[in-house]
Amino acid sequence: MNTSPIAMPRPTGTAKRPAAPVQKEDAMWLQKELINKNYAELAAARAQGRKVSATFVPGNLNELLMCFDFARSLPETNALQNGMRKKSGKMIMDAERDGQSEDVCTYVKADLGMMMGGEVGPTGEALPRPDLLLLSYTGCFTFMKWFELVRHKYGGECVMLHVPYQADGHIAPNMRDYVVKQLKETVIPALERVSGVKFDIDRLRQYMRESARAEEDLVAVLQSARQRPSPIDGYFGAVYYIGPIFTAFRGTPEASQYYRVLRAEIEERMRLGKGPITPDGEMGEEKYRLVVEGPPNWTHFRDFWKMFYDEGAVVVASTYSKVGGVYDFGFRHDPDHPLESLADYCLGCYTNHSLPSRIDMICRYIEEYGADGLLINSIKSCNSFSAGQLMILREVERRTGRPAAFIETDLVDPRYFSAANVKNRLESYFQMVKQKRAAGFVPGAPDAGGPPQTIIPIAAH
Amino acid sequence: MTAAERPRVLDIVEQCQTLFDDLDLKAVKAWKAAAPGRKAIGYMPVYVPREIIHAAGMLPVGIMGGGDSLEVIQGDAYYQSYICRIPRSTIELGLTGRLDSLDGMLFPSICDVIRNLSGMWQLMFKDKYVRYIDVPQNYEDAIGGEFYRQEMQILRDDLGRLRGTPISDDEINASIRVYNDNRAAVRELYAYRAARPWQAPTSEVYLLLRAGMVLPPEQHTALIREYLVAAEQLTRARRDNARVVVTGSFCEQPPLALIKSIEMAGCYVVDDDFCLVSRWLLDDVPADGDPLLELARAFLHRSASTAAKYDARREDKGVFLLHQVKQRGAEGVIFAAPSFCDPALLERPMLQDVLARQGVPYTAFKYAENTGQMAPIREQAGTFADSIKLWSATA
Repeated sequence: MNTSPIAMPRPTGTAKRPAAPVQKEDAMWLQKELINKNYAELAAARAQGRKVSATFVPGNLNELLMCFDFARSLPETNALQNGMRKKSGKMIMDAERDGQSEDVCTYVKADLGMMMGGEVGPTGEALPRPDLLLLSYTGCFTFMKWFELVRHKYGGECVMLHVPYQADGHIAPNMRDYVVKQLKETVIPALERVSGVKFDIDRLRQYMRESARAEEDLVAVLQSARQRPSPIDGYFGAVYYIGPIFTAFRGTPEASQYYRVLRAEIEERMRLGKGPITPDGEMGEEKYRLVVEGPPNWTHFRDFWKMFYDEGAVVVASTYSKVGGVYDFGFRHDPDHPLESLADYCLGCYTNHSLPSRIDMICRYIEEYGADGLLINSIKSCNSFSAGQLMILREVERRTGRPAAFIETDLVDPRYFSAANVKNRLESYFQMVKQKRAAGFVPGAPDAGGPPQTIIPIAAH
Repeated sequence: MTAAERPRVLDIVEQCQTLFDDLDLKAVKAWKAAAPGRKAIGYMPVYVPREIIHAAGMLPVGIMGGGDSLEVIQGDAYYQSYICRIPRSTIELGLTGRLDSLDGMLFPSICDVIRNLSGMWQLMFKDKYVRYIDVPQNYEDAIGGEFYRQEMQILRDDLGRLRGTPISDDEINASIRVYNDNRAAVRELYAYRAARPWQAPTSEVYLLLRAGMVLPPEQHTALIREYLVAAEQLTRARRDNARVVVTGSFCEQPPLALIKSIEMAGCYVVDDDFCLVSRWLLDDVPADGDPLLELARAFLHRSASTAAKYDARREDKGVFLLHQVKQRGAEGVIFAAPSFCDPALLERPMLQDVLARQGVPYTAFKYAENTGQMAPIREQAGTFADSIKLWSATA
């Protein structure tokens, strides 16, 4: 653990602060600057003669792509950034007019709509068409169709990295071997060919060393929520925290520095006994501690968050903050076994875990973070997360004895966010938690909520 | 008409219809009861290597959902409104005891919904064998082929344990021969229907395919061949219908009434992707070598195409569908996909683009396995058939 004093870099101001004073930690502003910087790099890539890659957040091989000097685009991040900026609605409708079904993933449609609209990215800068689509096929079948659609419409080379599913709750040797073989014989040769850069495994090791440092600090930040009051919001706030490490920055010294700063900032909040910072400032009294399963809604992100902090509800752990890598059960990028470690990283992303493993993970979070219960935000677009969530709800309630609730929204389709319905459900849920407490339930107590249930630990990779 | 005068083909169709209607799997129970210790293994669409189940002396049983006659009550409690119907009806079948005769269930790699259903099944039916069948999206023999061979080896070992003795190469090779014959019979059936679609309506061909989901393959093969002889003996009216390929129905199956509606609307279905497991492997698998290696090679290099399978190159997209159109002399394509089926619905615009470039007309609609209102589908299919007949350049 890093205990030395840290020279805190101040945000440079390139992330434009809105007129209405939105409150953020310094690390949140730094995060925004990093994300904006990546968009600027993408916009300048062509002029600088750089090749451009696109890949998905779960199983993204950022360290590997950096070995070939690619500028790196992440289509889900583009879609969610457009969602937060209220731009995704039109993009989705444009894609539907172009033949996409209303039933399918809105990330895909927002991305295709953005490309149809001149490929202007969330920051207003034009995004270059990728030279290479790295289809790291982890935890979501839609990814495959998504890149096939992009390739079909706009060309470019697509290279598949098929990542087997952890159906039995562990990584079998043949699964790891399969991914490593693909890396060696398919993926790396394609990256070399498209980029014109020869692969240097020592360069990869160096990036992975940086990754492991950042991962260590990120885990400390996420686990700070075990404290009461929690100094962070492990869902809405964690979205900012995971930004650099889940996207184009994992493995960079900038990311390592960001996570050192963030960790120091959070540890200071812990020392002062402070709760999370919300867009409206310091959060008031912590009344409810929740675990949340499922991605957030992006089109109404602040409204959605406000429904929680207005009621004194803080999310102490979330599964979404593990979608680009499950680090809090022990996995770290390992420079001594670089390709095997990349394989384990891809295999271990949250949605690549079986449903029983996901349930185990949530139950552990509820126990270890002393949560009052589970809230599931079920996303219409995302079958990978959503199919089976009602079973997750039942099982978690049964095992932990803590109440669970279910709301439905979407990722970036504003037509599927009904603020009144969501708010009503949340208020009812908080009432339920309150009643449970009145009946004698104390979160975190070992026998709270009925007979103890066996929770099978998820195998550390 | 006396029983003696009744055409044999109608008896065969009636037998298949009885199997199709039987959600309690009485045929499976009867097969198991015929000899002690017999086991049956269920599988969902699209494809599993049934040869391995058969080699274990077990009956492979295709579970294609609950159709339109099953009232889904408990299954709906497990899924949001925006999830397709096949997982909820399959859960309903399981929770109501209709699948009790199965000793295990296999969940092939199709989509996120079926993938997650495998985990739900593990939790709901703890006393049953449950396995997710991961299939390769890398088509190199030494990479994807090796992975798939190892996955099949795990299944082979598991089923060997379930029956009490390991499954030998000879047993699998014998089963490959049985399924080669079955696939040959299905190919004959499809060729016959394409050549004389008025003699082998798709509503009948489909029932024959569905019979193969519950009958032992040897019996199913014989039934198909008997049908082909019997169908030829009954002369039926030839209509001026449009010849179409139906695609997108590879997982959740359309209701039988929908298939009949397409035919009644003036279409001859000359190819489709129903019950694709019956003809996933496109030709004979060598039955005298390393059986898992040969099954892997067949999967990688000589198998059908669906939205659940990656097209390694842009130019591969739609090639399989275009081949179906050309080989069967089809005049158009009907995209019939289940509502909320991500693979089929995301694939559709790409296939439509390929067809448009080739001047092949198409139409599209969605269904659920329990869709009851056929009038709009009949109207749409009828308009499509009329447009082909009246306006198509090939008319």
